[in-house]
Amino acid sequence: MRTLIFRTIAPFLSSLMILFSVFVLLRGHNQPGGGFIGGLIAASALAIYGIAFGVSPVRRAIRFHPMALSGFGLLLAAIAGMLSIFSGVPFLTGLWVTPTFFGVPIALSTPMLFDIGVYFVVFGSITSTALALEERERD
Amino acid sequence: MTFYALFLPFIAALFAPILTRYLKHNAAWVLAAAPALLFVHFLGFADGVAHGERFTGGYPWIPSFNVNFSWLIDGLSLTFVLLITGIGTLIVLYAGGYLKGHRHQGRFFSFILMFMGAMQGLVLSDSFLMLFVFWELTSITSFLLIGFNHAEERSRRSAIQALVVTGLGGLSLLAGLLIIWNITGVSEMSLLLSTGDLLRDSPFFIAAFVLVLGGAFTKSAQFPFHFWLPNAMEAPTPVSAYLHSATMVKAGVFLLMRLNPVMGETAAWETVLPIFGGFTLIAGTLLAARQTDLKLMLAYTTMASLGLLVMLTGFGSEKAAEGAVLYLIAHSMFKGGLFMVAGNVDHEAGTRDVTKLGGLARAMPVTFLAALFAAISMGGLPPFVGFLAKEEIYAGLAHGDTWSIMITIVAIAGNALMFVIGFAVALKPFLGPKVETPKHAHEGPVLLLAGPAILALCSLFAALFSGWFHEYFSGPMASAVMGHEAHITITIVPHLGLAFYLSLLTIVLGVLLYLSLARLRAAMAGLLEAIGWGPDRGFDQAIVGIVKFSVAVTKTIQNGRLEFYITATFVMLAAAILIPMGIAGDWPDALAFPKLYFYEWLLVLIAVLGQFAVIWAKNRLTAIVSLGIQGFAVAVFFMLMGAPDLSFTQFMVETLSVVILALAMTRLRLSPQDHRSPFQMVLDGTIATATGGALTLLLLRVLETDFDASLTEFFNTYSYQIAHGRNIVNVILVDFRGIDTFGEIAVVMTSGLAILALIRVLPRRSRSSSSEPPAPAGEAAGKMA
Repeated sequence: MRTLIFRTIAPFLSSLMILFSVFVLLRGHNQPGGGFIGGLIAASALAIYGIAFGVSPVRRAIRFHPMALSGFGLLLAAIAGMLSIFSGVPFLTGLWVTPTFFGVPIALSTPMLFDIGVYFVVFGSITSTALALEERERD
Repeated sequence: MTFYALFLPFIAALFAPILTRYLKHNAAWVLAAAPALLFVHFLGFADGVAHGERFTGGYPWIPSFNVNFSWLIDGLSLTFVLLITGIGTLIVLYAGGYLKGHRHQGRFFSFILMFMGAMQGLVLSDSFLMLFVFWELTSITSFLLIGFNHAEERSRRSAIQALVVTGLGGLSLLAGLLIIWNITGVSEMSLLLSTGDLLRDSPFFIAAFVLVLGGAFTKSAQFPFHFWLPNAMEAPTPVSAYLHSATMVKAGVFLLMRLNPVMGETAAWETVLPIFGGFTLIAGTLLAARQTDLKLMLAYTTMASLGLLVMLTGFGSEKAAEGAVLYLIAHSMFKGGLFMVAGNVDHEAGTRDVTKLGGLARAMPVTFLAALFAAISMGGLPPFVGFLAKEEIYAGLAHGDTWSIMITIVAIAGNALMFVIGFAVALKPFLGPKVETPKHAHEGPVLLLAGPAILALCSLFAALFSGWFHEYFSGPMASAVMGHEAHITITIVPHLGLAFYLSLLTIVLGVLLYLSLARLRAAMAGLLEAIGWGPDRGFDQAIVGIVKFSVAVTKTIQNGRLEFYITATFVMLAAAILIPMGIAGDWPDALAFPKLYFYEWLLVLIAVLGQFAVIWAKNRLTAIVSLGIQGFAVAVFFMLMGAPDLSFTQFMVETLSVVILALAMTRLRLSPQDHRSPFQMVLDGTIATATGGALTLLLLRVLETDFDASLTEFFNTYSYQIAHGRNIVNVILVDFRGIDTFGEIAVVMTSGLAILALIRVLPRRSRSSSSEPPAPAGEAAGKMA
């Protein structure tokens, strides 16, 4: 599958998919999408990149070990849940703030933070599995 | 205050290692302040308790189950907690001297303070569950302390043995407490004590009784669960003095005393307790006579004393309970002291073997005096508290009926033997001609002497000021044990009565046996050799048996062949669905011919073709990729049916599972072609069809049930209103059902870690076991590329 065409197109395809995954993640609250599917898209983006160039460029590209990203996601989700302590409401109660940046109101919420956590967990775990499986076959 | 008091030992335990690093063994002085403070704090309750008050307090812990974190201070728990903190203070000081210069002294302080916290919590607990938690915590800290010299195999074995025995007992206790909770409907000791005959009259009384005894007897080393206690002597001496004589092993007796008002005065209680207790008493003293190691002699007499306590608690007469109370306090003082004396001798002379010791009195006068005082108390001679206890015991037991006479004989025999052992420990190493010891013996530092000396003096003062002692300590405790007010009047002035003559008899017997101790020892050694088997060896056999059994089971079920696992799983799955359906005759109705648009028929066709491609595929990789065809067709269906989210996810999952499956297949180094025999293929095909068919039938049947739309409506209505999101699926995932999702992502991550570990571990093993080149994998990868 390592054809010239594939290798030329893979970086663009992967970066587009990553971008798209973030888009899907953020629109998830009101339209089809969300953290789970976003994470899957990002994981397949890296799988494509890995098939085209091998495992080590992927590892270099994401800097951290994918399992670390996964752990970070779980931590983020936990933090999103615990923020409710400060408002004196039960664990994981959704909290919303709407600050205005340059005149545009932006809705931020703990469910969104939670969803980002889900994104990272799914992305990290699946990438880790895929990379570990790909790596073996070359040594 | 009491709430903080419950946690103070744990806080002290936290700081113990750091303190010890800077102050070395002198950290003991600082750390001993924690139990000393607690002692003073609880002493403040003595006046109120003496006037019949009960102090309770607490916080809701799990309100929905009516479980509280609550404590109860009455005569019983107060005396116990004073023993725990008081002796605890002395033990911390003693450990400072005993383990001076030990590499892990800080760790030791930490463990022993943790234990103190657990034990204190145990006796103060009002709530059943809190009692259980602290009960198990004492088992765990005891495990840590017994295994303190973890580099030695004997220590490790003893630690595990103690943990297994007392831990199992703890579970039994939990079950017992839950039954009591169920019968009476209360989960607190203070409320339980006012339920009267409710528990006794219940048909489940015997079950609760047996289970509670399981906890109490294992913890208090009653025969046949006694074997862990002598083995626990592998622990450093401060531990033996504190846990395995003065406090933890009394937890079982404590529990029995606590429950006496609601469980006592029943036939079961008054038969089982004296029989087991009496047997333990006799067995313990005889086994003690056989030993020559100071600590082991003391350990077996501890077991015997616990037997005596259990026997007295179960006997049922008022005086017997009072005797138990007095003996319990006396025992904590003299036995703790004697253990510390044994430790001193070991520390300064280099051996604990009583046959290799002698004439140390001149070199270690303070230790000798402390030993002598403790032994006099243990032997039941005036003017020590042990004497009061024994007088009260005989006064309580001596009645005219056969049962009482039997128990009295057991008590006399046991006491006489304990008299022998006590004086053997206190006199043999110190008197007689000077014997050459491994170390040049001399008196230890003040840290080592404070403990035994103070305990010896306590034994004396408690007896001299018996009026005051009974008013504040033994009296309230006896009242709590009996459930009604009790007045103890015994003093050191003996009354010429039956009890006194029995005491004299005990002493005469004791002196006679002391003089023939060597012969008794030889006789016991011969007897034990003749028996040749004991619960200790039985424990090992049981453990080996369990391991063998689990190895056999694992080898059968986990034979390492993936085909076997998958076959077993699928067969079970199909059976679990089809058999109940067949028995109930609950098949789905026949399907009507579906009306679909032509493009939908096209999708169905694609899906079916995909399935055929999987079956007819020449090699595995093609099969895997073909599997994706059907998945994509389903995804498109979802899209057409108006479930974009589902379809979206299905696409991604399908893609990734094909990629990962393909990668995993190359990893497995399977040959690309399928080499199964036709028979195997038919069998596999049958299983696959059955499983797939079963799942299809199940789905069809589920869809036939009436659809309850109330949840859909709820989410439709409130998704935007409350959670500000229009995508209901996502809102459910991240908001309404956030905690489910949280659990799921934790599972995703954990399985990710597990997969990573499996991938890393397996090839290394196979690489080392076979040097065969991974040709098939290379081939498969080549095909894929």
